[in-house]
Amino acid sequence: MTSLTALCTLLAVSALLIILSYIAWRGIGSLSFQFLTDSPKPVGEGGGIGNAILGSLVLLLISSVIGLPLGICVGIYLSEIGAGRLAGVVRFIVDTLTGIPSIVTGVFVYAVLVLPMKHFSALAGGVALALIMIPIVARTTEEMLKLVPHSLREGALALGAPQWRVTMGVIIPAAAPGIATGAMLAIARVSGETAPLLFTAFGSRFFNTSLNEPIASLTVQIYNYALSPYDEWHAQAWAATLVLMTLVLGINIIVRLVTRKRF
Amino acid sequence: MTLTLNRDLNRDLRSAPSVVKTKVAVRNLDFFYGRVQALHNISIEIPERIVMAFIGPSGCGKSTFLRTLNRMNDVIPGTRVSGHVSIDDHDIYAPGTDVVELRRRVGMVFQKSNPFPKSIFDNVAYGLRINRVTRSSSELADRVEEALKDAALWNEVKDRLKTSALSLSGGQQQRLCIARALAIRPEVLLMDEPASALDPIATSKIEELIFDLKKQYTIVIVTHNMQQAARVSDTTAFFLLGKLIEVNATEKMFTAPNEKLTEDYITGRFG
Repeated sequence: MTSLTALCTLLAVSALLIILSYIAWRGIGSLSFQFLTDSPKPVGEGGGIGNAILGSLVLLLISSVIGLPLGICVGIYLSEIGAGRLAGVVRFIVDTLTGIPSIVTGVFVYAVLVLPMKHFSALAGGVALALIMIPIVARTTEEMLKLVPHSLREGALALGAPQWRVTMGVIIPAAAPGIATGAMLAIARVSGETAPLLFTAFGSRFFNTSLNEPIASLTVQIYNYALSPYDEWHAQAWAATLVLMTLVLGINIIVRLVTRKRF
Repeated sequence: MTLTLNRDLNRDLRSAPSVVKTKVAVRNLDFFYGRVQALHNISIEIPERIVMAFIGPSGCGKSTFLRTLNRMNDVIPGTRVSGHVSIDDHDIYAPGTDVVELRRRVGMVFQKSNPFPKSIFDNVAYGLRINRVTRSSSELADRVEEALKDAALWNEVKDRLKTSALSLSGGQQQRLCIARALAIRPEVLLMDEPASALDPIATSKIEELIFDLKKQYTIVIVTHNMQQAARVSDTTAFFLLGKLIEVNATEKMFTAPNEKLTEDYITGRFG
């Protein structure tokens, strides 16, 4: 039993390590300060992914600003306020949303935002990513709030706290590290999304400042470069992949530091 | 000594009700979890500034009854109450009763200590802050110190008020929960088996504390430990299968109870 579980663990972990080290090996050669800050150039002239890094961060910011508060509120509703049938229906809808393929979300946002606005935009890309985040954040928030012992609720109620103060002052702070982990997982998940961005943010070869214009992202850049026939762009795609993975890892570490258990 | 005291007390109750005031009066209380009736026609009067102990086997309804006194059962879905519970002659189940205000006046300590995952200071200050009791931060600090002293915890924690309440030992955590309840100066203190998870030393500290607290508070304590009931309480009530069997002065209860069922329970013949 011990050896079987140990073997499985070893297999899973080594697969992960092989992926990571292979990406590092293929990607590290093209990495340079210029590569990280320049915008793309035609084949043979170098160029970089600075605009894609910035674009990915902008898209993550938009989607977090929209998706995290909405998702957390839905989670609080499911755990603390909603009861009976309605909550059951909401929970079913949220679960269904979690399972929707991300490309469907992309097509949906294309239909309701991109077509009426008549152009691709960073905003549309952020909305698409937010739609993917909401159900993930909502369910993890709900689960984390439900893990808070009932005795804490009763303790606060017995001191004369109204329900909303119990939720805001005791339950949510007690569940905060778990909620932050859920948010982090959602951010990490959407930072790797490509499909919903193809129809919404579209991609760009320039630095964009307006949220109302198409914007570059690491994932779409990797996709375009990987499909191209040029070796130079293939190498740049590997390097961009390495940057993307570092970015996700960085988000993980930062959130972990910020939400470190103080009590 | 306790016996004569209680006899006097009972006589006073009969002859001159104004001398010893009834704090909590319960008449014909029935309680249901869904369709299951957990309490049957309970009537009892709890005088002011005494310690009353509830004893009885597990599942006899003593904790449920305790929780009807500050309406903590309200938070359990599907429960129903009928009958009258009044505190200082105000029916606490009357429509329009402010439950938040009621729970401020009737404090509660739970079986398992439940400190909030906050600092020691913030735990005690919680009730003061949400009820906006204090006007300045120095007044708040004074009230926290007073509550911790009343709960006999001040000397152990005064140098680490900012550290997590979860770093305290089990007995200290329970005394912190008592301090938290005392900080808002309730009139009645309900204690649901407050020492059942503690070692004998921590238990004796809680018991000494109860003895001191009855000078200011009316205390109702649920306990499984009959020695504990005998040690700390003035009056004891015996519950069995959701019915109140007997209420008597504690010493009388443990030496010559009126009811056969009480005697059987106390002598360990069942339960």
